Amino acid sequence: MPKVEIDGRQIEVPNGATVMDAANALGIAIPHFCYHKKLSIAANCRMCLVQVEKAPKPLPACATPVTDGMKVFTESEYARTAQKGVMEFLLINHPLDCPICDQGGECQLQDLAVGYGKGASRYAEEKRVVFHKNVGPLISMEEMTRCIHCTRCVRFGQEIAGVMELGMMGRGEHAEIVSFVGRSVDSELSGNMIDLCPVGALTSKPFRYSARTWELARRKSVSPHDSLGSNLVVQVMANKVMRVLPLENEELNECWLSDRDRFAYEGLNSTERLTQPMLKIDGRWQEVDWQQALAAVAKGLKNVQAQHGPQALGALAAPHSTLEELYLLGKLVRGIGSQNVDFRLRQSDFSADRKQTGAPWLGMKIADIGGLDRVLVVGSFLRKDHPLVANRLRQATKRGQQVNLIHATDDDLLMNLAHKAIVPPQQLPEALAQVVKAVAEAKQQPVPAALAGVKVGADAKNIAASLASGGNTGVFLGNLAEQHPQAVLLRLLAQELAGLLGAKFGFFGAAANSVGGYLAQAVPGAGGLNAAAMLAEPRKAYLLLNAEPELDCHDPRAAIKAMQATEFVISLSAYKGYALEYASVMLPIAPFTETSGSFVNAEGRMQSFNGVVKPLGEARPAWKVLRVLGNLLGIKGFDYDSSEQVRDEIVKPDQVAAKLDNRLNGLALELPAASGGLQRIADVPIYFSDAIVRRAPSLQQTQDGALPRAWMNAALLARLGLKDGQAVTVRQGEGEAAVNAACDDRLPRDGVRLAAAHSSTRNLGPMSGEISVEPR
Amino acid sequence: MLSAESLKKIDREIAKFPAGQKQSAVMAALAIAQDEKGWLATETMDYLAHYLGMPPIAVYEVASFYNMYNLAPGGKHKLTICTNLPCALSGAADAAEHLKQCLGVGFNETTADGRITLKEGECMGACGDAPVLLVNNKRMCGSMSRDKLDQLLAELK
Amino acid sequence: MLDYGPDAILMTGLDGSNWHLKDYEARGGYGALKKILNEKITPEAVVAEVKKSGLRGRGGAGFPAGLKWSFMPKQYTGAKYLVCNSDEGEPGTFKDRDILRYNPHMLIEGMLIGAYAMGIGTGYNYIHGEIWAEYELFEQALAEARAAGYLGKNILGTEFAFELHAVHGYGAYICGEETGLLESIEGKKGQPRFKPPFPASFGLYGKPTTINNTETFAAVPWIINNGGDAFLALGKPNNGGTKLFSVSGHVNRPGNYEVRLGTPFAKLLEMAGGMRGGRKIKAVIPGGSSAPVLPGHIIMQTDLDYDSIAKAGSMLGSGAVIVMDETTCMVRALERLSYFYFEESCGQCTPCREGTGWMYRMVHRIEHGKGRQEDLDLLTNVADNIAGRTICALGDAAALPVKSFINHFRDEFQYHIDHKRCMVSVPGGYFSAESAAVERAA
Ligand SMILES: Cc1cc2nc3c(=O)[nH]c(=O)nc-3n(C[C@H](O)[C@H](O)[C@H](O)COP(=O)(O)O)c2cc1C
Ligand code: SF4
Ligand code: FES
Repeated sequence: MPKVEIDGRQIEVPNGATVMDAANALGIAIPHFCYHKKLSIAANCRMCLVQVEKAPKPLPACATPVTDGMKVFTESEYARTAQKGVMEFLLINHPLDCPICDQGGECQLQDLAVGYGKGASRYAEEKRVVFHKNVGPLISMEEMTRCIHCTRCVRFGQEIAGVMELGMMGRGEHAEIVSFVGRSVDSELSGNMIDLCPVGALTSKPFRYSARTWELARRKSVSPHDSLGSNLVVQVMANKVMRVLPLENEELNECWLSDRDRFAYEGLNSTERLTQPMLKIDGRWQEVDWQQALAAVAKGLKNVQAQHGPQALGALAAPHSTLEELYLLGKLVRGIGSQNVDFRLRQSDFSADRKQTGAPWLGMKIADIGGLDRVLVVGSFLRKDHPLVANRLRQATKRGQQVNLIHATDDDLLMNLAHKAIVPPQQLPEALAQVVKAVAEAKQQPVPAALAGVKVGADAKNIAASLASGGNTGVFLGNLAEQHPQAVLLRLLAQELAGLLGAKFGFFGAAANSVGGYLAQAVPGAGGLNAAAMLAEPRKAYLLLNAEPELDCHDPRAAIKAMQATEFVISLSAYKGYALEYASVMLPIAPFTETSGSFVNAEGRMQSFNGVVKPLGEARPAWKVLRVLGNLLGIKGFDYDSSEQVRDEIVKPDQVAAKLDNRLNGLALELPAASGGLQRIADVPIYFSDAIVRRAPSLQQTQDGALPRAWMNAALLARLGLKDGQAVTVRQGEGEAAVNAACDDRLPRDGVRLAAAHSSTRNLGPMSGEISVEPR
Repeated sequence: MLSAESLKKIDREIAKFPAGQKQSAVMAALAIAQDEKGWLATETMDYLAHYLGMPPIAVYEVASFYNMYNLAPGGKHKLTICTNLPCALSGAADAAEHLKQCLGVGFNETTADGRITLKEGECMGACGDAPVLLVNNKRMCGSMSRDKLDQLLAELK
Repeated sequence: MLDYGPDAILMTGLDGSNWHLKDYEARGGYGALKKILNEKITPEAVVAEVKKSGLRGRGGAGFPAGLKWSFMPKQYTGAKYLVCNSDEGEPGTFKDRDILRYNPHMLIEGMLIGAYAMGIGTGYNYIHGEIWAEYELFEQALAEARAAGYLGKNILGTEFAFELHAVHGYGAYICGEETGLLESIEGKKGQPRFKPPFPASFGLYGKPTTINNTETFAAVPWIINNGGDAFLALGKPNNGGTKLFSVSGHVNRPGNYEVRLGTPFAKLLEMAGGMRGGRKIKAVIPGGSSAPVLPGHIIMQTDLDYDSIAKAGSMLGSGAVIVMDETTCMVRALERLSYFYFEESCGQCTPCREGTGWMYRMVHRIEHGKGRQEDLDLLTNVADNIAGRTICALGDAAALPVKSFINHFRDEFQYHIDHKRCMVSVPGGYFSAESAAVERAA
């Protein structure tokens, strides 16, 4: 442990630490541009030059390793001269257009130039002009003359996003940051480059010129779009969300955000927002006031209760709803006398209900994922479903972590996988069973009787060998596994495997409250119907909370039929959507930015937040709406003054951990034969995942927002007599969808990948099962 | 995309490097592709990126960093004349001027008949033969007096 | 016969066509390698011999070769690499090309000995893209060596194995810088790396690597054959051996001359046929364009060795001697050099990327009669702000000419600023104000 003295202050640092590290530890700020703690050291900007005793020239703090006894001066005349010299160079070709620059007010160059720049420029030559570029709907590269060539964006792509989409072409003064010949930047993490760019070269296209930073209020929030619970800084102006930035939290999102977390806010300002309660009177929608609307709801519910009994009511909630909303929904339904409430809209296997000992969760801390040495991921569109978890694994693989995958698609995860088994979805349990058996054999443990007939293939052997060779292993079930018709079997197998390996196992979880929904008891109680059953056996009335059944449910066709057949649908939503077609009442409720509430993320961390703006129009926080409804229906215990009061009734933050458990009791491992035929592989594309993102126009314009296509491998295309790009009709049961065929040779035999959660496929049946494709 | 012969040459280059270091062959591969195609089109770079397992942008970085790659179509022949100091001291400026006059083009321009693209080069490591000139990246010509330049131009049909 | 001068020891007996293996063997070639393998001379002893010889790197920095070899981690069991720097692109330098085309096996033998001494199994020779014929010829020489069992496994029936490959650049001066060169071999832009770590610990593909110049390796067989002491004795203490000097510019017989280190410059000038047209010597850049320029009267008093030239205020560098006579406009000369560094900056680090363009534009203005009074001080100050603050030495290389030209020929620059024209007016002079203007997009 070398000791170093910086500006007269001593510190001991670990071997290999740089002068910058040491200075940071001492709280000494050394000016810099290219250095970033999460990126490799480039040492190209030269802004961090400092004086080191006995060194013949100034040295870059970011790249100079500390040696024992080193003496560093960051503010000496010598160091200052070097830093000022660099600053002058940086400014000679940089346009002095701060007043009109989007980065103005939050520009590292601007900040430092004030301290290190000279008043008047000595540069009398012509300034360089760099042509602007178009790299897609999210990142603006209009002002590339401002680029200072720090290469943070390039390194971000190579090192964090795992895909190099930007590069520095040319050399010398002609060097420019570009994408490959005008190609767009498609990474699901691309927006982070905007944050990384220390000047106004890369800026946010959706935000561009909409406000100046100093006009914006900064408010904390939590992202609802996936189960990570990324911490957000939401910037607002005139009661409108203008921009979303990461709030650094090393244990969750680190300093990053996925593009979904960053740009989905556009959906909050969508014209589809429902801003006034609406009642369908004589088949026509009318705007009404809250009193009228709530009276109609109470009356309608009472009618159904009286005529058909309380069991005729079903409640469906999106898992992106807050803990408080989910809880009050369940409480309301139970108050009416029904147990039919569920938030697990995309789940299809409910055979574990009431056999679980706690809420299913990640099984470990998110921050500990990187410390695992062996990982198995089962049934996950990892990069798109959990962009920042994928990043943790990507970084860990570089340190030697071995990630193995069992899945139905072979999308490039942009990391080196140790081994993978790509099988059609119905064979996922079989593939996992093979690994269980192989591990049992390798560890000389008894093979579970149910797996006696399983034949272990080469992939499974490789995966097993990788897993068995580690000491600290995690087995994770992804969204596809959770939505799988044999999800419980997969879970039992994972449990078995974890037992054999002494590993942790758990679920990545799809949404902000995938764990919280259980804690809030937004699941059917004894005798109640789960989400699938509520649709299969249509109810007379439905209460929808933030849910768009035709897009959010496992079987959208069944959902649409149920909605159309029923008497009374109450939609509590921030958007109008398809509810216009079948609802009787639409109640405008506040999205997460307009209400207080809590999310419990995959690791069981409860994060409460406040609204960052006032509800739009007549919209109201759903917890308040449900409270009033409870009162109107005369249900006891609905007198809350705050969402905190609701939350505390559910669970205290420190009690969450005790309620998490992935183990299943009283379920035997059984391996039925997998069905044959063409099977649908349904992903929920990243920008179709919830009501808000679906309405974020910029995200919809990206590659990931493209229309769903029927993907299959070349052999299958040939067998079906289809060509890549051909218009086809896809049938599933009675439903059909008109899409184009597309070729992805990495797909398993007999698998057709066709996305769910999109209006073009909403008439199809479940997210799994047999499917047929024919030319249209 | 590339001829079997070119691919064979590229494979020979790849074989020079350790397993897993195919990218090392990118400079040679680009040169080979350029010899075949005359210049490096987007599709060519994309193809090589795929062939060598590199991101296309990384191929582009390389192709644009080194001077001898042609990122745009040019004349049938490329003449690169060194005008650096040692060559200039021995008449490179006059030689360049002569070429411009004869061809009726400036640096980085191609003759109207599409025959010759003229380029200004940096030190080619042959200053003893100044002024030196490179024909199509491969053929070095030294001591380029007016007569020798005229001869060369006559030869390059 | 090619004549490199009476002192030549590396470049003797060559006629331009006798580069083949059989010719080299006839000259006693591969004898040093055989000696080492037959007599089982230890790697340590080889390094010691090279250390003793006082051989200093011929690529520019003049770092003692034996010392560099001793930095290679001995215990390291993984892959290690040996790299030869034949990316000769320093203006004025053209010596490595002659070794490659006239005596390639001497280089191969030198690299074999280096590989043996450092326990290295794989080598690359990185050849300047512009000398394509030499690249192809070197490939032929490698094939000859491979066929004769000098390369590959079990060399000369021993356990020693070494494979050597030729790779080429394609037009980037910066790849002469050793870490830029390594990046280039890895298939990337030739952007130099920040050091530390040095190539000896983190080199090609992140593995320990030794890089030497072509001429450095080429001197090794002679050292082994004749002993380090003999090599040292050819030159001066700390400046062992002979060295190839590339003489260009205003002399009667430009070309390469191999002379003992310590030979007076005047003698080299004489070997090169003296000043062209009998003109007066005005200035000489003694070590490639990156070395500071010296006025004629100083260089005429200076001996050609690392220490003497350093004492005179410049650097021996790569041994490229650029001679300028009295007709030369020093502003114009500097303008061209500044343009070179501006063109060849790799662009990654700020002072070099921004500063080289700034310097070039200022010199360009002065040359074109648009200079301002404050420009000379500003130029010097900008050069100071580049030198020593960049990732690699190209920044210094760009700054040194500017500083030295202004330092030694300030009145000429001042004249340009004051009179908006050149003070040199020798009619018919080469590269003088009268010679045709180079039109260049600025
Ligand atoms: C800008 C720049 C260009 C260089 N060009 C060359 C070159 O063309 N050939 C060379 O051998 N060394 C060149 N060098 C020096 C190399 O970095 C390195 O020091 C040398 O190859 C080491 O070999 P040596 O110790 O045998 O001289 C250059 C250095 C710099 C900074
Ligand atoms: S000094 Fe110039 S050439 Fe060297 S790394 Fe910096 S920008 Fe590149
Ligand atoms: S921060 Fe150290 S060189 Fe850029």
